[in-house]
Amino acid sequence: MLELHDLTRRFGALTAVDHVTFGAAAGEMVGLLGPNGAGKTTTVAMIAGLLPPDSGEVRIGGRRLGGDTDPLKSRIGLVTQDLALIDGLSAAENLQFFAALYDLDRQASKRAVAEALDLTGLTERARDKVKTFSGGMKRRLNLAAALLHGPDILLLDEPTVGVDPQSRNAIFENLETLKRRGTTILYTTHYMEEAERLCDRIVILDHGRVIADDTAQGLSKLVPAQNLITVALENAPDALLADGLHALSGVQRVETAPGVVRVAVTDLASTMPAVLQWFTNRGLKYQHVSTERASLETVFLALTGRALRD
Amino acid sequence: MRAFTALVKKDIRLYMADRRAVLMSVLAPIAIASFFGFIFDETGAQHQASRVAVLLADEDRSAVSTNLAALLTADSALDVKAAALSQARDAVRRGKATVAIRFPAGFGSTAASAFFGGADARKADIELLYDPSHASEASMVQGILAGHAMEAVSKEMFSGKTGRDAVDASLAQLRGNTTIASDQQRALTSLLEGVKGWNDVSQSSGSAGAVNGPTIPFEVKKEPVTSGTGVPYNGYAHSFAGMGVQFILFMAIEMGVGLLAQRREGLWKRLRAAPLSRTVLLGSRAVSTALLSLFILACLFLFARVVFGVRIEGSLTGFVGVAVAFSLLAAAFGLLIASLGRTPESARGLSIVATLLLVMLGGAWVPTFVFPKWLQQATAVIPTRWAVDGLDATTWRGLGLSSVAWPIFFLLAATLVFGGLAVARFRWESE
Repeated sequence: MLELHDLTRRFGALTAVDHVTFGAAAGEMVGLLGPNGAGKTTTVAMIAGLLPPDSGEVRIGGRRLGGDTDPLKSRIGLVTQDLALIDGLSAAENLQFFAALYDLDRQASKRAVAEALDLTGLTERARDKVKTFSGGMKRRLNLAAALLHGPDILLLDEPTVGVDPQSRNAIFENLETLKRRGTTILYTTHYMEEAERLCDRIVILDHGRVIADDTAQGLSKLVPAQNLITVALENAPDALLADGLHALSGVQRVETAPGVVRVAVTDLASTMPAVLQWFTNRGLKYQHVSTERASLETVFLALTGRALRD
Repeated sequence: MRAFTALVKKDIRLYMADRRAVLMSVLAPIAIASFFGFIFDETGAQHQASRVAVLLADEDRSAVSTNLAALLTADSALDVKAAALSQARDAVRRGKATVAIRFPAGFGSTAASAFFGGADARKADIELLYDPSHASEASMVQGILAGHAMEAVSKEMFSGKTGRDAVDASLAQLRGNTTIASDQQRALTSLLEGVKGWNDVSQSSGSAGAVNGPTIPFEVKKEPVTSGTGVPYNGYAHSFAGMGVQFILFMAIEMGVGLLAQRREGLWKRLRAAPLSRTVLLGSRAVSTALLSLFILACLFLFARVVFGVRIEGSLTGFVGVAVAFSLLAAAFGLLIASLGRTPESARGLSIVATLLLVMLGGAWVPTFVFPKWLQQATAVIPTRWAVDGLDATTWRGLGLSSVAWPIFFLLAATLVFGGLAVARFRWESE
């Protein structure tokens, strides 16, 4: 549905987007991750037609996206990072205005506004002025405004910035509904947990380049230590123990803290019994054992050498 | 077209919903134009109250000075009060009086002696103390004073004792004068004896009040040249045109700044993401600004018509043409601000200064004919001047469509320049 081929955009000497190529199928939700300045917003701007690329192309349903008035733009819905609403109008009036921008007639507009309000749970506040809305409600209305013309592709640029958990969950539910309906979603964020929860695939950008493009599971395989075993001990372990533990096959890294040992391993199933047996053999009683998979944060750190929110 | 209409309606609706903006655009110019109109209107009764305040220190107390004081007091342009010289000087210095006049002791007799004394005779002094911030009023008082002084002195010469004494003295002086040619001496003696004889007759018959010597031999009849004979000048027409132009430009600034604010927020991105041409995006803004301009102008002139009787005495088509052309200019001005401004805050500050210059030089505050000649010529390139001149032409001047053809053309040409610059410099890409 959405294809980016060698998309490049420069601002003076800075190459903000450098030969970016990836795609998203119908009904697929792709996360676009990267720290500030990685090129996410510029990429989204080029897909939305706000910014012409210096080279490369954006294809929608196999057709190349053209200029300002290209009808293909009607197949895209944009949810901007900044709220794109008119405070002085009611929620319904805002949506009617945005529907008119896509040339929806009165009947179609009425229907689309009702559906969008229903989807985002704002029907009861339809007549209220937007300036009376909470931040979370404005975010939901911001999403609703992008759905009126029934876009095939929805671009979301950091849609949950400054949103309370309840509204965030509501937005996630809306997106899952849209995905089930077949909408292609490109979700830009630097919240790893959001990308892991929502996205089928994740594209990681750094310095304008795609440095990884895979599922969350696939990405976690890119780092040597995919899992972390945390063992809480009755007695403080001897620091020297760490060296012996490190010698076990499959152990990548060992960290010790008072009463706690953290062991990073590549394969949990084969290495965990050996690790626990190792503690038992040395008379160290453990109180609690937990495991966790390597996070995207870890993946990003491993791939770029810096944290995602730098 | 649906998107274009929605954009225009949105702009107008938001502007109208902002009560402060509407108040600023309509009520503020009405208030200020009413004030300026009141000041410059020549037909109102308020001009009774605007007589020039004059303090008179008569230290002479002669028949001439008393008569002159009476003439000045009776003059409708002056508000004369007697005062001692020190008080008069202090009042002028404090701005309580515009002019003070002093007749020094001996003024009457000196003036009478000088009347037939020839070029060498010592002339009488009249001191005129004036507030330098009211120099034009001082000149006016000087002119009035000269007229009344000639009248008072000549009256005394032909009918008063001072005059008789002065004529006697002049005759005695003439008889002993050997430097003057004999034929001239005879003619002058005859003239002075004639005056003396007339003075004697006036005194004995008590008819001095009826025929008392030379008077000013003409009377000026003023006629304001307006749309027709007997149609008075309505100063409110000009003040409403001027203030309309000023506040419409202020409104255009807000529309331009609003566009900059939109770009800083997310709304501009959403508008750009829709399949809309640049013509639609900027054109809709221009049309909404132009419609609001027309609305403001209509409100102002409707108010001026109802309350102050301002009429479109000339071509209605011409008036509408100027109004439309200026509204388009205001729209282009708003777009120019949006294209040249970096931030809403900096754009607002700079454009307010630019607007004030435009309206000041355009004659919106005071008519351009009060400007020095060079400035009048220089301001011919200021588009606001053409707007004000065009509105003046079709209201109180009562001129026809042909008289506003050039202002309309110039306004439209300026619109094209402003609009072209705006489109060329507009930063389409979001920040």
